[in-house]
Amino acid sequence: MSNITTGNTTDMFNIAGKDFSSRLIVGTGKYKDFEETALAVEASGAEIVTVAVRRVNVMDRSQPMLVDYLDPKKYTYLPNTAGCFNADDAIRTLRLAREAGGWNLVKLEVLGDQKTLYPNMVETLHAAEVLIKEDFDVMVYCSDDPIMAKRLEEIGCCAIMPLGAPIGSGLGIQNPVQIRIIVEEAKVPVLVDAGVGTASDAAVAMELGCDGVLMNTAIAEAKDPIAMARAMRLAVEGGRAAYKAGRMPKKLYADPSSPLAGLI
Amino acid sequence: MISIIINGDEHKVDKGLHLVALLENLELDPAKVAIERNLEIVPKSRYEEIELLEGDRLEIVHFIGGGHHHV
Repeated sequence: MSNITTGNTTDMFNIAGKDFSSRLIVGTGKYKDFEETALAVEASGAEIVTVAVRRVNVMDRSQPMLVDYLDPKKYTYLPNTAGCFNADDAIRTLRLAREAGGWNLVKLEVLGDQKTLYPNMVETLHAAEVLIKEDFDVMVYCSDDPIMAKRLEEIGCCAIMPLGAPIGSGLGIQNPVQIRIIVEEAKVPVLVDAGVGTASDAAVAMELGCDGVLMNTAIAEAKDPIAMARAMRLAVEGGRAAYKAGRMPKKLYADPSSPLAGLI
Repeated sequence: MISIIINGDEHKVDKGLHLVALLENLELDPAKVAIERNLEIVPKSRYEEIELLEGDRLEIVHFIGGGHHHV
């Protein structure tokens, strides 16, 4: 596990009272098999992985289980509500997830329609309120609307996760201005969730000051998922380091980097 | 025998069967699953005391690989 250090202080990342050194959260869907999932997660350096809650196949119990490949003691399982299109389904799913896993940290995602998979913020807000009353720590997938992000923080969400572009699109950060406004206004961690396609997209998110990035498809659907997982780890670390270093100001005209004095 | 619904499908089980015994019959590790009975979560601590009744609707779930929504 490699950490970025600023002076003597390790640059840790805190969610719901727990410290993490990796700022990359990865999904565990879409891989060829569990072996590939485990290798990609390891190469990504992620300490938090998102998982889905589904019915057990009671007719065929010989199928391998994710927990046999990704040890829940080593990785923090972040149950999500992918596939839920209303608040009630999302709440029901996460109550089951809490019982299955025994922890309160969850990712809430309520989708609006099949075509865009854009978040339904009315249902998301309602679900978040119910879950927070039930003592869940809610990381919330949301639109890149700074007012909505603020509202989600005010009702008690522990992380705000606006999309960079539609889920699975790989288009990169389409709206850097709004992501930056959300980062500046938030007192809880902000993570770009969805839309990253390649390493530079992840670096852009981190250079905007995001606390982390969550992705799945960009790694799972790369030609070589394990190599891409490593690229994403480096991009998130590089982007974070650049953000902390403070980039040079942009200028309209050239500025020579060799001294002009003493020219022959 | 009584009839119960597990994950949408009808199953015949012995009368008086407890939840913990059902999991054993299904070869499921209680630590790796969560159960909803008639729309209410069953805490793991109660698997031993709950007796299944005719018409019970169970959802037995576990964690699978998943990121965002996939079709």
